[in-house]
Amino acid sequence: MFGKKRVAIVGAGVTLFRRNLKETGKELSFHAAKMALEQAGMELRDIQSVVMGTAPDAFDGVHMKGEYLADGAGAYHKPYTRVFVGGGTGVFAPLAGWWHVASGKFDTCLVVCEEKMSSCYPHPQYAFTTIFDPILERPIGMNLIWIFALEMNRYMHKHNIKKEDIALVSVKNKRNALDNPIAQLAANITVEDVLNSEIMAWPVQRLDVSPTSDGAAAAVLVSEDIAKEVTDNPVWIDGVGWCIDSTYWTDRDLYYPDYVEYAARMAYKMAGIKNPPKEIDVAEPYDPFDYKELHHMEGLLLCKKGEAPKLTREGVTQRDGDLPTCPSGGLLGCGNPIAAAGMMKVCEIFWQLRGEAGKRQVPGDPRTGVAQAWGDLMQYGSVIVLRR
Amino acid sequence: MSVKIKHYPGEEVETKDFREGKVLFESFRPKAKYAWSAGIAISRFLEELKNGRIIATTCSKCGRIMVPPRIYCEKCFKPTDGWTYVKDTGVINTFSVSFIAADASRLKEPIVVAIINLDGASEGMGIVHRIEEYGDWREIKIGMRVKAVWKPPEERTGAITDIKYFKLVKE
Amino acid sequence: MSLEKITNLFDARHWIGHMEADYRYTLGIAGERFFKEIKENARIMGAKCPKCGVVFVPPRLYCEKCFMKLEEWVDVGKRGEVYTYTIATIDIDGKKLEKPQIYALIKFEGAHGGLIHKIGETENVYIGMKVEAVFKPPSERKASINDIAYFKPVK
Repeated sequence: MFGKKRVAIVGAGVTLFRRNLKETGKELSFHAAKMALEQAGMELRDIQSVVMGTAPDAFDGVHMKGEYLADGAGAYHKPYTRVFVGGGTGVFAPLAGWWHVASGKFDTCLVVCEEKMSSCYPHPQYAFTTIFDPILERPIGMNLIWIFALEMNRYMHKHNIKKEDIALVSVKNKRNALDNPIAQLAANITVEDVLNSEIMAWPVQRLDVSPTSDGAAAAVLVSEDIAKEVTDNPVWIDGVGWCIDSTYWTDRDLYYPDYVEYAARMAYKMAGIKNPPKEIDVAEPYDPFDYKELHHMEGLLLCKKGEAPKLTREGVTQRDGDLPTCPSGGLLGCGNPIAAAGMMKVCEIFWQLRGEAGKRQVPGDPRTGVAQAWGDLMQYGSVIVLRR
Repeated sequence: MSVKIKHYPGEEVETKDFREGKVLFESFRPKAKYAWSAGIAISRFLEELKNGRIIATTCSKCGRIMVPPRIYCEKCFKPTDGWTYVKDTGVINTFSVSFIAADASRLKEPIVVAIINLDGASEGMGIVHRIEEYGDWREIKIGMRVKAVWKPPEERTGAITDIKYFKLVKE
Repeated sequence: MSLEKITNLFDARHWIGHMEADYRYTLGIAGERFFKEIKENARIMGAKCPKCGVVFVPPRLYCEKCFMKLEEWVDVGKRGEVYTYTIATIDIDGKKLEKPQIYALIKFEGAHGGLIHKIGETENVYIGMKVEAVFKPPSERKASINDIAYFKPVK
């Protein structure tokens, strides 16, 4: 065991994911946090510490958003921390929750993730321009989609991957989302639909991309002693890993996410996983773009480099395949309220391992699952391994 | 998304509801202006661009020739200890053809952006810049050779845009 | 390695830019109801926690202390008391105001929280001063905090 205490998730909650929700960010945080507590059979007074995960302040348009959201996350008069690693935040927040409890300092930690991207209009993408180097990159006219397009192109070039194979991820995840009550963009689409959708920044087309969204997600983390008191069905956090690569992103070989591999190796070592494809029953790799799911499957060592498109084509990653990925519908199907989207993936693995996923349940009584998110400027990986 | 949960909170509103007053909101535009200092390494880099040259820094420990230049080697975590010029030619590492502007609006004519590995820099070192004079964008390939097209000396200001763009060159 | 001593950034090489972003903030579930009451009925409402009994002004969807959803709303009246105040003599850009403006945190009897607002019709202010909301005419109200023009002293 790592740390002083083994840590379990005992409850999870999510709101709807939508392009615009009427609720304020605080109200969304409250809904998700309250639901997680109710699912755990606990009350706010049982909570000793709170972690908030939320992405750039520029989306909600509230500086020091962590402070602004605190009361909605149940942090009133409690030790409270906001964590932020860009798109990686949604999986990093439960990692931070883990060390709150694993350290022995707290027996309980409420982890809440929130994003309200609709505040920034006409499109939150504009707020993203300020993530680039102001001297060398912004004068070129940088735009967020470009970095994905540059990475996707390099990945396709390196392994000679066809767009048809990448599009299958979008088709699968949007279809999986049809069974998800929170989903924003669930649909039955075809590979042709993806290939015929408008070009945003070649090779990225409209249906290769997840939407922008409002939403929140939360989970209750507790020590082993408390877990045994409140549930017969805890899900253990058995592995945690996180890593950042060089921030000189133009210097890296973009075809492969080393940083995800390092984070995954850290988490697998802790969980005692030696053969990830065999030992992992269900995975939620981060899929803001369809190629990213493939990229991240490879970084998570779920297959060899360049092999993820083949597994996808063969149906291995379907919900009833040998290695179901994104059974939730992922970001492509459910929407992408940045931090909340990563946290939703952790919630989905929690429910899959408890056998509560209903129509989305992957067969075969899954025991081990992994969720991963990716962020900052293309170089941050956060990984969590959950076990029943 | 558990079978134990019957209701998921959230009241959806349409974007048009904002225009039609069906949802109440406050509007705000932050007035934030910035002047970013270029710093030690990039100031010299920009000064050299004004002279029509691209300068890199070197690390004597790992031997890397780094561009954009920096005052420390992030791998060896020591100060860089030399300056050297690299060429204004290189290879397309990867590229994208963008039909959208920074605010996500559609562009009439696409713009091409690429990571360019400059000749003379260590393997994999790249800068991001525009590609023009390419003909049909469908013909652009990773690995093609490019060369900087500079602004005339009198128009240069010491900015990354002193290089107007890179153009494709025949082998 | 030399670190240059520059006190004015514009003496160094720099790049000028700004962060171009527009925002619209939904008032939210509780906020929308609160401001509709101000706009339509010129009423200041609070939300009461069924568990701890605290009345929050402005109202919220939830009690931050017990995490209960708040569904009972109460009219806290137009009158309140100055809890603390400041007298502004410069504007947000540091320019001198023609006339100083009093801003106060106004608390309402029996309620938790309060409203930040202007104090008008007086140049004198003190902690504990009783004040009353002056609403704009109905035609000018937009469901905003500025539907209250200011608070004036209670005679």
